[in-house]
Amino acid sequence: MKMSGAQMICEALIAEGVTTVFGYPGGAIMNVYDEIYKQTGFEHILNRHEQAAVHAADGYARATGEVGVAMVTSGPGFTNAVTGLATAYMDSIPLVVISGQVPLSLIGTDGFQEIDAVGISRPCTKHNFLVYDIKELPRILKEAFYIAKTGRAGPVLVDVPKDITAQIGEFNYPTTVNIESYKPTIKGNEKQIKKAVDAIVKAKKPLLYIGGGTILSNASDLVKEFASITQIPAVETLMARGVMGATNPLLLGMLGMHGNYSSNMAMSETDLVISLGARFDDRVTGKLSEFAKYAKIIHVDIDPANIGKLVSVDYPIVGDLSFVISKMIELIKDEVNPDRYHAWRDILARYNALHPLKYDDSDDVLKPQWVIEQIGKLVGEKAIITSDVGQHQMWAAQFYPFDRPRQWINSGGLGTMGFGFPAALGAKRGFPEKTVINITGDGSILMNVQELVTASEYKIPVINVILNNNFLGMVRQWQTFFYEKRYSSTDLSYQPNFKALAEACGGIGYDVATKEEFDEALLDAIAKDRVAFINVSVNRFENVLPMVPAGGALYNMMLEHKESK
Amino acid sequence: MEDVRRVISIIVMNESSVLSRISGLFAGRGFNIESLTVAPIPDSQKSHITIVTKGSLRVIEQITKQLHKLIPVYKVIEHEEMIEKEMVLVKFPLGDNLADIKALCEAYNGTIVNVGASMVIGMVADEPVRIKHFIEASGRYNPMEVVRGGVVAIER
Repeated sequence: MKMSGAQMICEALIAEGVTTVFGYPGGAIMNVYDEIYKQTGFEHILNRHEQAAVHAADGYARATGEVGVAMVTSGPGFTNAVTGLATAYMDSIPLVVISGQVPLSLIGTDGFQEIDAVGISRPCTKHNFLVYDIKELPRILKEAFYIAKTGRAGPVLVDVPKDITAQIGEFNYPTTVNIESYKPTIKGNEKQIKKAVDAIVKAKKPLLYIGGGTILSNASDLVKEFASITQIPAVETLMARGVMGATNPLLLGMLGMHGNYSSNMAMSETDLVISLGARFDDRVTGKLSEFAKYAKIIHVDIDPANIGKLVSVDYPIVGDLSFVISKMIELIKDEVNPDRYHAWRDILARYNALHPLKYDDSDDVLKPQWVIEQIGKLVGEKAIITSDVGQHQMWAAQFYPFDRPRQWINSGGLGTMGFGFPAALGAKRGFPEKTVINITGDGSILMNVQELVTASEYKIPVINVILNNNFLGMVRQWQTFFYEKRYSSTDLSYQPNFKALAEACGGIGYDVATKEEFDEALLDAIAKDRVAFINVSVNRFENVLPMVPAGGALYNMMLEHKESK
Repeated sequence: MEDVRRVISIIVMNESSVLSRISGLFAGRGFNIESLTVAPIPDSQKSHITIVTKGSLRVIEQITKQLHKLIPVYKVIEHEEMIEKEMVLVKFPLGDNLADIKALCEAYNGTIVNVGASMVIGMVADEPVRIKHFIEASGRYNPMEVVRGGVVAIER
């Protein structure tokens, strides 16, 4: 069928089952927007900034497991989208981002709104395409979706010159993809899996080290089953919160820089690390030479380059975790003796009793940890929780009772402030019936605050709980600990009237300073079904603890900070 | 870990941005490039890139794995048993020592490829270490210009 390049893009999106596209128009992408106007296959959400559009697509992808789609124009439209691409890239989130480009004849001439999009996005996309010929466009779109969601998922950019979107060509959308140079390994090597299982059966102090790959692979139930059969204790990374479920007795908690005591001690004393879709990030390992010092390491990863990148691995297994862990369950079922790890579980339980995750609650001032626990009590497993980046993010990861995968959405790898609100919009579009709450800070929320307008216009009622300490809190915490309290550019006392700001944009605002007020505000916001800012005044100098200072060994945690008041 | 030298051949799709993907990967991840050559493979849609690099064994392993991840990369060969050659062109001022220069080039399996009114160009293709020696030896004839090609290699 003959059609324009712009029509081809819309038809391809519809063929891929896309129902929501987040984006922002501009000169070079106008032909496509003209076709978007005419079609009825998907809805377009006009975010108020291209970065937010990509984060929204990202939040949608994380919540649903489908490919998120965003559309932007050339030049500044594209450069605004770069942070979104990089955020998705670092957390392996499947996105297809379509950007307009100046016409082919103008490429390389410093044309109006021209920028080398494939050049800029090369290090922050899984792959990218510049379309030179309309004949290539259907294949490229098909491959973009395929590459985004297969293997180690990631964002793919398709940069389309304006004249290509106007040209007429033959559209036969491919049904299959065959990229000779791209064949991800899905099934793990059986001999390696067998060796790993033998090592687990023989270990005395094995530990499941569960990463975000478990969620990306939709392997959470299998991982839980594996833990349940073997009775091996587990720690989760920031990206894996929700896999085991908060009440699972085998779950020690989150490990790493702000991990709890028993998790970090487990990693320091284990004799066999069973890494499932984790990548040994520096915020997890602390000082590498001290990390899991007494352990052999099993590393299951879809990306071979992750294996052996930071630590030497004894049992490397390349493959999709769902396949690998199924095979492991099959092999270990009749071999394993769960009692074997009984003493080990006891040691860890004692560690947990010795230094449980805790905070000092107060009736004089709201504690941010209390707020997060309270959200958990009021909406619990029903809600999807997104977050921005900083102290509130760590407290949410520590104290929210996550019960299922894809319930917790945050920017772990890149650590992008301003991610949470637009990501919440994406998640809410994916699950309109669920309460979606962005736990944020007074620093982060202002990056992408314009999304209040998007949320109001499209009636996407997400709730932003702003843990307001009048500080860029995490940086302030480091300044307290490591910079002799020189609070350079972290005092955010000068700030907007958040309640009025929300209301100015068609939302609803609450100022909260007590526990009662918080409960009332949250329940009211849920009932009102409008985009909301709940501005919660919390203790200014609260610190995220425990803390492993950057570059320190995991077992050297600061458990409390005397001066914090 | 001690640094080792490695010659890596990469077979890639012959498309516009493929070289920038490879060189960008090296720059972005802090890998070292000692030399890089690229040419299309006859009668195919592919190109052959040869990179000489140095790094610890862990880094070399990362280089090959990261290269594999690039979508247009078909094959990454970390050479072990290889024939390795490099080419150099040297321009000398023409004096009464033409015979000496010719003898020098021939000693390194090379030859004189051009003689002009006031200069002579010698060419040698040999193993990189022999090229280095040739360049050192040619120093006594006051070379005006030395242009060294990158390494190409083929597995034995």
